[in-house]
Amino acid sequence: MKAPDQEKAPDIVLRAEGITKIYGGTVALDNVDFNVYRGKVNVLIGENGAGKSTLMKIIAGAETATRGHLLLEGQPVQFKSPREAARAGIGIIYQELNLFPNLSVAENIFLDHEALHRYGMLVDRRRQQTEARRLLQRLEQPIDPQALVGHLRLGQQQIVEIAKALARDVRILIMDEPTSALTTAEVEILFRVIRELKAQGVSIIYISHKLEELLRIGDYVTVLRDSHRIAEAPVSTIDVNWIVEQMIGRSVSETYVHQERTPGQELLRVEHLSLPRPGGGLLLDDVSFQVRAGEIVALYGLLGAGRTELLECLMGLHPEASGSLWIAGQRLRGRHVGERIAEGLVLVPEDRQREGLVPTLSVAQNMVLASLRRYLSGPALSRQKELAAVRRLMGDLGIKAPSPQTLIEALSGGNQQKVVVARGLLTEPRLLLLDEPTRGIDIGAKADLFRLMNRLASEGLGILFVSSELREVMSVADRILVLARGRLTGEFRREEASEEALVAAASAGQGPATGDEEAAHGPVPSGAADPVDRQAQATAPAASALEERRHQPRPRA
Amino acid sequence: MRNPSSVTSREPAARRSFALQRRQIQTILFQLRAFVALIILVVIFSILSPDFLTLNDLTIVAEHVSINALLAIGQSFVILTAGIDLSVGSIVGLTAMVAGYLISQGLPLPMFGVVVYFNVWVVILISLLVGIILGLVNGLVITRLSVAPFIATLGMLYAARGLALLTSNGATFPDLGGDPSLGNTGFPFLGTGNILGVPMPIWLMILFGLVASFVASRTPFGRQVYAIGGNERAAQLSGIRVNRVKLLVYVISGFCAAMTGLVIASQLQAAQPATGESYELNAIAAVVLGGTSLFGGRGTILGSIIGAFVIGVLSDGLVLIGVSEFWQMVIKGAVIVLAVIIDQLQQRWQKRAALA
Repeated sequence: MKAPDQEKAPDIVLRAEGITKIYGGTVALDNVDFNVYRGKVNVLIGENGAGKSTLMKIIAGAETATRGHLLLEGQPVQFKSPREAARAGIGIIYQELNLFPNLSVAENIFLDHEALHRYGMLVDRRRQQTEARRLLQRLEQPIDPQALVGHLRLGQQQIVEIAKALARDVRILIMDEPTSALTTAEVEILFRVIRELKAQGVSIIYISHKLEELLRIGDYVTVLRDSHRIAEAPVSTIDVNWIVEQMIGRSVSETYVHQERTPGQELLRVEHLSLPRPGGGLLLDDVSFQVRAGEIVALYGLLGAGRTELLECLMGLHPEASGSLWIAGQRLRGRHVGERIAEGLVLVPEDRQREGLVPTLSVAQNMVLASLRRYLSGPALSRQKELAAVRRLMGDLGIKAPSPQTLIEALSGGNQQKVVVARGLLTEPRLLLLDEPTRGIDIGAKADLFRLMNRLASEGLGILFVSSELREVMSVADRILVLARGRLTGEFRREEASEEALVAAASAGQGPATGDEEAAHGPVPSGAADPVDRQAQATAPAASALEERRHQPRPRA
Repeated sequence: MRNPSSVTSREPAARRSFALQRRQIQTILFQLRAFVALIILVVIFSILSPDFLTLNDLTIVAEHVSINALLAIGQSFVILTAGIDLSVGSIVGLTAMVAGYLISQGLPLPMFGVVVYFNVWVVILISLLVGIILGLVNGLVITRLSVAPFIATLGMLYAARGLALLTSNGATFPDLGGDPSLGNTGFPFLGTGNILGVPMPIWLMILFGLVASFVASRTPFGRQVYAIGGNERAAQLSGIRVNRVKLLVYVISGFCAAMTGLVIASQLQAAQPATGESYELNAIAAVVLGGTSLFGGRGTILGSIIGAFVIGVLSDGLVLIGVSEFWQMVIKGAVIVLAVIIDQLQQRWQKRAALA
């Protein structure tokens, strides 16, 4: 069902009027108006907890408004379930992916509207697969429709989620942070798809925290703050500063902070780190670098470049890795995460929900989880000691929670992330490893996090953080390492980094980022002799050293 | 909305606080639901049967309950890690038989041509060790060989029962009173004796309950158990040795099962190979009734003990008012499912309250 071509703008396809949503005694949305213009990208922004997701759930039929109503094509509608909304042509891609890891890509895409054989009893798998392949090709992703979703990387799963929405004929498509797990190249593809959809008359509602991105792709912007609609404006009339001011009343230059520091002694040394890929090839190929005390080092690269695996190796999660690791001149010997933590390393993982939080525990219990032994008095945990530590960090990091006993799930994404960071800090690490620490958190929380990183570095902590956002990498880090296909392909000091050089290094020796399938072919000789490769030569040791190492008994990484 | 500080409410403060109070009361009632159910049951049975509330009868009920409670305590640790231990009933049987064998047959040492009869304390220690070893095997199969807990302990359910039957070729060891000339008397005290007028099984239940509650709620190990049940990967990345903790919970469960086996053999003063059959299901039911989630991470030891009381009071009460054994099973089944339904409702409410 496609909307008829409408040239004369602005034409409103869906209008939310005076929407109020009350949960218990709490007002999540307060008399909010929202216009969705036909064939446009309608951006909705606001900090975490401003009410964006609630509004989207109401539009998509997952929640019903306490007061107010929706007008679709001028007619009042009420969706009692997501199914009804879908029937009216409204699709949604949630921020937390709604995929079934145990089903194949094609099965996920066609869930609930399976392609059937002629008599309508059996699923026509072949047709589903052909169709799925066509959709994925449109998204320029060579993902196998028969692959299990659980085996895909997060970025690829996001693509599947988008394909799933496209598989239904939608006239309004809600995208809740669709790019949070995508690399730059994948974002470009997504934007191309969005423009294509617009041309077909599909109206997009787009939620994201990445402001530059919004300005590039958006047509209209609506700002929510504290459950109220603050402003609406065409994108052509505004800039980043306007958005930030509307959102938080603070200017953008305060977000990406960087203090000048003089890095101290070498803290972490990684020598010839290699990690075999199950099934052949290498996930990490002879990686060597150091991090100094008081230094913020960014690890930039595309999805599947091996960044997460590198951090995991440092935490002792891959006993099959080879090479040697040193911290402050001492060989790292810990055989599991606990021992590595004792040696002064700690990891804040990428996927907060899956790897960071324990949803059944409180804020305080989540925070002290990695440092329980510090709060013992006799054989028991001392509540006073725990609470003292928790209160200190809640204050230090500006964690907003009703109380330390609140369940972690009740906090906003930004505050949850701060709790996971606090858990790491309570282990009193020497080196802090952050894997995409700003994923899915709002600009206020981001600014807090960057300020914290600067402060910690000034206190002598070494920080190694993985990021896919160029702006973040270039403005926060003292030094940037670029990883491509498991190899270190670039190293830049802050002053000498440029977007072009970083992107070139990140895609050295490969085509567009595709993650697992392509990388599975193992190390590819980086043929080009561009400046980036010379960088790589400088940081990587000679091939003979690599050979030599293979004949030695393999040390534990 | 998630961020309470950003909330603007239009409701009058008085109404809001009333709503809050009502919700709090509802939440508390829900959390204590097993306890509430217990009180309701006691009231109903004492109305229907005048004998029910006599001290004598309550003591008998508590003795029955204590057996299931011991198993439920061990099972709680396992279920909190999102595991399950189906083998406890069979471990009960095997340890009962081991104790029976050692007391009535002694340990023959053919190379010396003698039969060694151990002191009762040693018999108890050996039997407990058997439970620990079987728990250890469960744990090792689950953690080192990555076998699902359901399957690993199902295997143990059969294997341990088989071993129990093998100890006597299926026969019963009667008369476990021991022989003064062999110096192995005193075993019946564990199940039938009493201290300060309170039967030993009840003391054991209290002791195990207190220690287990302390371990679960106040020690790092307990916290790690909850964390693993809530999110195993997050626990691992926080430096928790997940496999070691899991191994330990199965050992704890095996140990509790062994204790139960000893108590039963001691009560009967006889060891039958069929001892403890289907007890694992009673234990799991008690844990679930007590509000522990089968998905792990949520629940308390005290809840499981109360759950055991609910089951015990229900079955003894139904016997007392003359309900047939067959109907008892139907009622027990319905109660268990009802408990889980209430649990689901509570979670939904709590989530709503948390997000509000």
